[in-house]
Amino acid sequence: MKRLMQGNAAAARGLYEAGCCFASSYPGTPSTEITEEAAKYDAIYSEWAPNEKVAMESAFGASLAGKRSFCGMKHVGLNVAADPLFTVSYTGINAGMVICVADDAGMHSSQNEQDSRHYARAAKLPMLEPSDSQEALEFFRLAYDISEEYDSPVIVKMCTRVAHSQSLVETGERREIPARPYEKNIAKYVMMPGNAIKRHPIVEERMKRLQSFAESSDINRIDSGNDSSLGIITSSTCYQYVKEALGDRYPVLKLGMIWPMPDKKLREFSGHVERVVIVEELDGFIEEHCESIGIKCEGKKLFGCLGELSQNIIAEKLGLPTHSGLKLPDSVKIPARPPMMCAGCPHRGLFFTLNQAKCTVLGDIGCYTLGAVAPLSAMEMTLCMGASVSALHGFSKAGEKNAVAVIGDSTFMHSGMTGLANIAYNQSKGVVIILDNSITGMTGHQQNPTTGLNIKGEPAGKIDLESLCRAMGFRRVRVVDPYNLKECAEALKEELAADESSVIISRRPCALLKNVKHKPPLRVEPSLCIGCKACMKIGCPALSIKEGKAHVDETLCVGCGVCKQRCRFGAFRGGE
Amino acid sequence: MTTKNIMIVGVGGQGSVLASKLLGHLLTSQGYDVKVSEVHGMSQRGGSVVTYVRYGDKVYSPVIDKGQADFIVSFELLEAARWLEYLSPEGQIVTSTQQIDPMPVLTGAMNYPENLLDEIRKTGAKVDALDCLKLADMAGSSKAVNLVLLGRLSHYFTDISAESWQEAITECVPPKFLELNRKAFELGKNA
Repeated sequence: MKRLMQGNAAAARGLYEAGCCFASSYPGTPSTEITEEAAKYDAIYSEWAPNEKVAMESAFGASLAGKRSFCGMKHVGLNVAADPLFTVSYTGINAGMVICVADDAGMHSSQNEQDSRHYARAAKLPMLEPSDSQEALEFFRLAYDISEEYDSPVIVKMCTRVAHSQSLVETGERREIPARPYEKNIAKYVMMPGNAIKRHPIVEERMKRLQSFAESSDINRIDSGNDSSLGIITSSTCYQYVKEALGDRYPVLKLGMIWPMPDKKLREFSGHVERVVIVEELDGFIEEHCESIGIKCEGKKLFGCLGELSQNIIAEKLGLPTHSGLKLPDSVKIPARPPMMCAGCPHRGLFFTLNQAKCTVLGDIGCYTLGAVAPLSAMEMTLCMGASVSALHGFSKAGEKNAVAVIGDSTFMHSGMTGLANIAYNQSKGVVIILDNSITGMTGHQQNPTTGLNIKGEPAGKIDLESLCRAMGFRRVRVVDPYNLKECAEALKEELAADESSVIISRRPCALLKNVKHKPPLRVEPSLCIGCKACMKIGCPALSIKEGKAHVDETLCVGCGVCKQRCRFGAFRGGE
Repeated sequence: MTTKNIMIVGVGGQGSVLASKLLGHLLTSQGYDVKVSEVHGMSQRGGSVVTYVRYGDKVYSPVIDKGQADFIVSFELLEAARWLEYLSPEGQIVTSTQQIDPMPVLTGAMNYPENLLDEIRKTGAKVDALDCLKLADMAGSSKAVNLVLLGRLSHYFTDISAESWQEAITECVPPKFLELNRKAFELGKNA
């Protein structure tokens, strides 16, 4: 029977059915659930690695040892893992190795909108692109066969709409694959110049053979149409938008393998239609390739390279009728509802302290990036994982003072440590604040090397942040409770004034964690509230002003008491 | 049959995930092709969230576009207004009358629009509005708003039997909250 499955869950099912034994990943929206779901299959050893580079290298090690392996990441995670990626292309694999990268067109939860298909071409690796959950399952299964047949890691590229959409899936059985015994092969696996120079032509030859596969495989297929005045070449979720908008009228060449591309198939298809339109999100990857082999086509000039496409956009750009809905008059202004820190979020007290201290805050990637949003507005830079710490070093060396870096516990383990080593080694002056909420928050509560639990919630190694920082040479390492504004303010003042670098660990578990016990909600004594709105400066969603007085939404308040500390009139009651 | 479209809109954390799971299960059990699409990550942190549920003989796109929604099921009034452009002119809104102030309203930068329900109705939209929070509290938990809304929505699905809805609830709700959720569903249905 068919089951409704999320794309990521179907991908994990594909791993299971393909006989995958090892999965190592770092969480990142929209890729996270693949590894979470894989961990539910006992046959797949699954783990969270400290970052994507470690995950990919671990997966390579498992492949070398003879077990089918997997690593998954979001698009920007592949940048972190790009170093092993380009060379694992040269070494090839032993047992099948599959890498998943999930792009986020529209930036639902990302800092950029990069198109990861370029990596396949740049690293000379095959890349498959499923368009729904059923294909996710099948393509992951197929990826292992391609990997072993062509001695190459295979990248499966997901996107938000495939990863986080559910559609019907027919599942199969797991195929147990006998381990391929590890064999010493220095010429293949030691990539020093003398060996790598011999591997490169093998890589080029492999890509030619893979192109033949792309020509003959039905993973690149044509949906026929009666009207040859137009032909569409597309892939991934765009295929679904095309079929929705155009039905079966025009022929469609659907690419399931996006690299290498089937040149002959592309030319043949294009030769049978009057006008070729390429429908793809983000960059003109297919389009540029088609142009490079002499196919006259249109794509980006119609659809642009920004954000997600949809059935309406495709219909509109091809001059077909679109749907339109009801509209409120312009006089009705609809306020935006941006995401914000939850009520009781431990980051709030710390960011309020930073806001008050008027220091420059270099930020990082996580829920706490919301510290940049009004009214806290206490973050002035966010670039990528770990950049807060490294940038603080450069910022200080270049002569700026009164600056801090803020970075979460998981992000610190991911790539904050190396930046901290630079501060310790090259001796800059700055305050690094580790926001330790005992979990990887933004991606939905994954464990990390500081939590003491593994992906299944079982006891695991636990890295002690204080000892780690001290071992790097920091003498000033202190822990504060972000629910205590006075303590935070004093610590920040002292550390900013100190004449050496320091680390403040702001420690309090995420308020959404199930094991966190909350205090009863606070309430406001109206006779004591003068409506000064000092409490509103912390930006808590549980607080509002009703008829000139502060009001606490009891369904949201978890009694953290940060607002209470802001009130000079003792108007807040409860929370004890 | 042509593809039908249900949008579930609300504020991150209000329980739309269970609502879409239940609808997905229900519609699959009726033999339809079904797609459900939601977004995870940052937008879930108290932001405006939307889930698309589509069903029919063959569903292609996982998303609903402007003017396509046959139903908008809304947990919050402002969110019903925000996504109104997605409603088909013949579409139906089922909404809770609950109002949750977004940050620009909390900080005083903007006002929560006045008479919003009337404004929505003036566009010609068919609106079924009820105090779902009150009904959920009556059922035993303010968290059961999702089942109240689904109960109300079930009115409009005359071709799906009460047993099928009950079966979907049993399948999707943790056993210890089953009675509470069943009650919330009935309260919404009969409101």
